[in-house]
Amino acid sequence: MHETAIANLLPADRTTARQAAIRAAKREERVAWQLAAPAILLIIVLILLPTLAVFVFSLTNYELGYDDFQFIGLDNYIELFGDRTFLISLKNTAVYTAIVTPFSVFIGLGVALLIESETRGRAFFRTVYFLPVASLLVAMATVFQYLLHPTIGPVNAMLSMLGIAGPNWLGSSSTVLTSLAIIGIWQSVGFNMVLFLAGLTAIPRELYAAAEVDGAKGSWERFRLVTWPMLGPTTLFVTTISVINAVKVFETVKTLTEGGPNKASEVLLWTIYQEGFVYLRVGYASAMTVIFLAFLIVLMLVQYRVLDRRVHYT
Amino acid sequence: MRNTAFFSMRNLRLAMLSAGALVFLAPYIWMISTAAKSREEIFSSSLTLLPQHWALWENLAKALTRVPMGQLLWNGLVVCGLIFFFQVVIAIPCAYAMAKLKFRAARTMMTLVMLGLLIPIHATALPIYVALNKAGMLNSYFALSAPFFISVFGIFLFLQFFRAMPDDLIAAARLDGMSELAIVNRVIVPNAWPAVTAFAIFSVVAHWNDLFWPLIVITGSERATPPLGLLFFRAAEAGDDYGALMAATLIITLPLVAAFLLAQRRFIEGITLTGLKG
Repeated sequence: MHETAIANLLPADRTTARQAAIRAAKREERVAWQLAAPAILLIIVLILLPTLAVFVFSLTNYELGYDDFQFIGLDNYIELFGDRTFLISLKNTAVYTAIVTPFSVFIGLGVALLIESETRGRAFFRTVYFLPVASLLVAMATVFQYLLHPTIGPVNAMLSMLGIAGPNWLGSSSTVLTSLAIIGIWQSVGFNMVLFLAGLTAIPRELYAAAEVDGAKGSWERFRLVTWPMLGPTTLFVTTISVINAVKVFETVKTLTEGGPNKASEVLLWTIYQEGFVYLRVGYASAMTVIFLAFLIVLMLVQYRVLDRRVHYT
Repeated sequence: MRNTAFFSMRNLRLAMLSAGALVFLAPYIWMISTAAKSREEIFSSSLTLLPQHWALWENLAKALTRVPMGQLLWNGLVVCGLIFFFQVVIAIPCAYAMAKLKFRAARTMMTLVMLGLLIPIHATALPIYVALNKAGMLNSYFALSAPFFISVFGIFLFLQFFRAMPDDLIAAARLDGMSELAIVNRVIVPNAWPAVTAFAIFSVVAHWNDLFWPLIVITGSERATPPLGLLFFRAAEAGDDYGALMAATLIITLPLVAAFLLAQRRFIEGITLTGLKG
């Protein structure tokens, strides 16, 4: 090291400088590796290897408690698509998502638009609508259980005052998914509202002025011509997040219905939880997890695709 | 004419917002009201909000004695604290190396991070559970917190933040002869405070409220976190003593809600950080 430095001293200062730079770069590279090493290690141990393991498990008949297992190819997947519970679970998750997503997105947008255009009590309303997001869902689900109680619940008491016989919200298979969806909407509107508020403030004021010049007088016209198109990326993003969160519904199901009555609220994560952690059929539950993960990845890819195609003005 | 129409439009907006707010607040109002009512009164299913006979203290006492409430809240605190500490200590140096050092693996790292963002705990839970079970480490603070020590989202967030920091700051520190680790500690972290607080709120809210993972690795109430403890309490009470149940939900919901009301702006920033994920 020392000799080369001296040998290079004569020809030109440039080479020494370059060598010093290379050495510095090498040192920097080494330090960078050291700083990133714990993170890299943990990403491998806690994310990559477990994900890989789920794929491998899904090809086996592994059950916790039995140490020997065989590779059974795609048998788990074949079994899945003949499994009534799993199919019901997929259907219920889809129905739940189909109810929660549009309502939480559009109510979130509506509240954001109202708050944006109303100067009075802005901070107060933002706080109120956001409160459910910061609250413990398991606890609030318990409150909803009381509110929706068929005999002593305030909701049915109010309905009976209007002369309507309220349903057994969480206890009947025809209303249970709707009831869970109402809780899901209540819980997620505030989150969407804040994202929309951020999107709204990013719209340049001049656009509204320009629209007015072009003859867009009413607030609906302004919304249709300026707000809605400009909010495009936000709306897409909020929708994706809402779908992903709805597909991951678990807390309310575990707290309130445990998949019942009669599998009417059996949802994907609940089924995976039951198979994997209660019945300990790791191999079979892994196959379900792979399908769950595939859904999430497809959703994200769709979002990236649409974003790529549509958004050029960021 | 226009003026009056304008005013009625405004008032309509306010009325709509207020009506919605009432619906959103209703569960909280009923929670407090029911926590203050006696069992008999709850079962009479009257629609009055104010109890005729105050039973708030009895209900709170039931909630506090039948469930180790202090232990639950402490467990929640320990788990959230451990998770946040490790997440930050591991994510910040990594993000710094990716943002500010000549690091050829930075692109590969970025791919890893984006991949990690796609994979939730629900997907990795089975193998991690199997491993913890094999190692005999279930039912511990370690089992509750270790799977979350790495937050790829944290890396992503800090990376964005560090990229916006001026290079001169770091160059000056290097001229002063500081080591890279010292630069992270004494230059980067103090300047990244807004990102750290926002991330803290994001992380604490997520893990304080999480039910899925604690449900999997914890069986007794000794290491239970608040959501899990509430489930145990419901099971023990057979779910029909709503007064005590609402008192328990009140105690368990209060810490985060109080924190939220005190530091709203930061909270909203922190929680909606998930919004940056895409």
